[in-house]
Order: sequence, then structure tokens, then C-alpha cells
Amino acid sequence: MSKRRIRLFFPHDQITEPIVYLMGKHFEIVTNIRGGEISGDAGWLYLEVTGEDDEIDRALAWAAEQGVRVDPVEGDIIAG
Amino acid sequence: MGYVKGLVCKECGEAYDLTPVHVCELCFGPLEVLYDYAAIRADISREEIERGPKTVWRYRKLLPVDSAELVDIQSGCTPLLKADNLGRLLGLRNLYIKNDTVNPSFSFKDRPVTVAATMARAFGFDTIACASTGNLAASVAAHGAKAQMRCVVFIPSDLEPSKITNIAVYGPTLVAIRGNYDDVNRLCAEIADRHGWAFVNINLRPFYAEGSKTLAFEVAEQLGWRAPDTVIVPTASGAMFTRIARGFEELAEVGLMSPGVPRMGLAQAAGCAPIVTAHEANSMTIRPVKPSTIAKSLAIGNPADGHYCLKTIKQTNGLAGSVTDDEIVEGMKLLARTEGIFGETAGGVSVGVLKKMAEAHLLDPDETIVCYVTGNGLKTPEAVAPALEEPLTIAASITEFDAAFKARGEREAVPA
Repeated sequence: MSKRRIRLFFPHDQITEPIVYLMGKHFEIVTNIRGGEISGDAGWLYLEVTGEDDEIDRALAWAAEQGVRVDPVEGDIIAG
Repeated sequence: MGYVKGLVCKECGEAYDLTPVHVCELCFGPLEVLYDYAAIRADISREEIERGPKTVWRYRKLLPVDSAELVDIQSGCTPLLKADNLGRLLGLRNLYIKNDTVNPSFSFKDRPVTVAATMARAFGFDTIACASTGNLAASVAAHGAKAQMRCVVFIPSDLEPSKITNIAVYGPTLVAIRGNYDDVNRLCAEIADRHGWAFVNINLRPFYAEGSKTLAFEVAEQLGWRAPDTVIVPTASGAMFTRIARGFEELAEVGLMSPGVPRMGLAQAAGCAPIVTAHEANSMTIRPVKPSTIAKSLAIGNPADGHYCLKTIKQTNGLAGSVTDDEIVEGMKLLARTEGIFGETAGGVSVGVLKKMAEAHLLDPDETIVCYVTGNGLKTPEAVAPALEEPLTIAASITEFDAAFKARGEREAVPA
């Protein structure tokens, strides 16, 4: 089992979608919200995801397909 | 020594011991270093600093290393140049350029990396690492060589050959990753999680970021222990921007100068300006973008400290602006042709945004302004080369020279 810390960014048209709930329903992972904010027309949240690596990869790929941006909590790691 | 109390979460205030951690276990907020300012204040003076080494380490008491053995390639103490020619052109009478192109690996990254490398060794790591498109990679590789540590550097596989040479010469293990920018990011996050390595801008980020405060310390000292009125800072992740503001605050906090953080001016490339966009929309939420700019050293589409940059701009009644790729090239040429400084594309961003702000009358002609130029132009010559005049190519004949010189519209040479 692995744990990953990720940041999800929800553009306006995704704010009302139950993405986190559906991730837990469709994939064998445990989601744990640790922080977040909705302001105006966008929102983000910090999520801890626990599960097998492949299953986490599939869940995050699915979230990205729904239009949610998935990043490490550190933001961009590659620097100038 | 012993001026560092530990680490603290910037969001929820949870305290942590001084260990290589960077994210709060409770709220996933970023961690930062907590100092004992009362102790520093009682034990620091301008005179002691002025007697110190001509490097960032003259400010050691304000850096999180305590008594650790330094990994030092003599970074910092770079020139602060009074830019009279550029100032005259822009109508600014007290303009200065902080010329950070002359650090050992030719960018400001040597400041944060000397701190991170020092702490990497102090924590007992045997491997130092980073993921970078150029400046950070060269600096980490240089410090890894000096510390004689194993060094692993991740780069995108399409990095320009000249940049690869600038990194490879120091002898790191270079890993070129195929895939888009997001793929490289995700893989490096995973590698950082799994290997017990010192990733300077990941698990050592709280220490790494502190090095950039020296960009404020030096400017204040060079101005006679006072803060400028306004600064212009090229910005990618936002770590440098926020730490420059913090640096000025700290100097006042420990009694080395009167309180006064400058108006913080943030400069980005239009092709990667998520912080400027949020500022202009009066939003505190950064919308990540896909970078598309010649200013590769500023191409951070999802800046870790973006939110804190927006807060800093608000708190200091600051400014934010962006420039197009063409304006970046013009900025590089303008700086070179007025002040004799060849800055990289990020320098073109600083100067381009400075020019825009001056033309929009957002700057007072008499205020003291410092424009930060943070990397050397020889790192990105391909960006400006197509915009330069071809040389006059002639046979070894005085007649040909005179004709070519005249044709170019140059003034008559003055006889000796």
C-alpha cells in the first residue's frame, strides 16, 4: 500500500461534481481531504490517497479525464 | 549559535523539529523555518556582518544552518549597480540593478542551494538531487561536486545542448526524462517520495528557500542599511519573491535597519503568468497554466508559493506585470546596451516589466528602485541571437572597412 499527497484543482464547471466521492467508489482507494478552498469560480483541495500504486494511478488518471487538474502538493517540482 | 527553533506550518502553525520535512502532516501546508529573533537581535550587528566573508555567509545568523559545516562555493555579494543610463531612458533617477548574473554557477540559485547543500550534508544525506530546466540543475551539480556528494539531476529530454553542458561538466548523474512537463513533475515527485535523497526544492525546501533572503540582505547593506522603495523581481515558483520580502522584514526585526518592506513588484512572462493573472483578477486562487515562453527559467505553471506572492503584493501595496517574448528580448537588449549587463531571459522579464511600469507612471521618478537580474545571458544566448545585428564581414582592406562602416550608418571613426 502507498500513500500520496496530491492537490486537485477544480475549474468552474467541475466545482459541483462529486469527484472525490466517485474516486473512492470507482477505485480501491481511500481518500482523505486535508485542506481546500473554493473562491469565486474555481477551487482546490489537498487530498491524501491510500491504495495500491496502480490503483492510485488509475484513480488520478480518471480524475484528470473528468477535467480536474492533479498535481503533487508541492506544486511544480521541476524548477528553472 | 543555536538561533533556529525548528520548523512551523505556514498555514496551521503546527511546530516541527528541525528535520528534512517540508509539508505539514496535518493540513499539507508548507513548512518554514522558525528563528529565535530575540537571541539574534542580541547577538548581531552591522559591523560584524561588514567584517564577514564576501559571500552570503556573512548573514549566517539569519540562515538556518547553525553550526553546520558549510558547502560553500562563494555565492553572493554580487554588485548593486546604479543604473543611470537605463534610469535616464525610463525617467527614473534612482534605479539600481542587482546583478546576480555573476554568481559561481551564473544564477541566483547558488544562494538557496548553498544553504540546502549545507543542510543536506548536516542531515547525513549521501545524495543531493533536483529536477530542473537549467539554473537549479547547474547549481546543485556544482554544490554536489564541492561537497563530494552523489548528485542526481533530472532534466526534460528536450533541453538545449548548451544547458546540458553547463550541468554535465560538474559530473552529476544526469537523467533526461521523455514526456511532457506534467509527466516530468509527477515522476520526480514519486522518486523524491521513494528515495532517501536530498531533493533541494522538495524535502529541503524550507531550508533552500531561506537562501533567497540574502538578495534582500545584500541590497539593504549596499544601500547603507535601508530598504529601497520598490523592487522588481522575476518570479517563477514565488519562493524568491516571498523570501526577498521576508528578508527586509527580518532585518528590521533584528534591529539592523528601520522597519520598511519595499513595494514588491512581481514580474512574469506573459506565456506563464498565473500569479499576475490572479492578481489582475483580484483573486487569491492561482489557476495553473501550461507554460509557453522563451523565459524557461520562469516556466512554472503551478507555482508553489503563488498564493503567498499574492498576499505579499497586497500587504506591500505592490505591483505585478508581465511581458511577451518579444518584450523579453527587447528587455535583454536594453539592459545590455544601457548598463553593460547580459542577463538571461528572466532578466529581460524584469527589465521589460520595469519599463512597462515606468511608462504607465506606476513608479515615482525619485524613488529608489531595485530591479533584480538573476541569471547570466550566456545561459540563453539563443533567445536573443536572432534579434542582433549581423557583424560587418569584410576583407582585410581599409577601403572595405570605410565603405561597410558608412553603409551601416555608423558615425565616422575618430582619428587617434
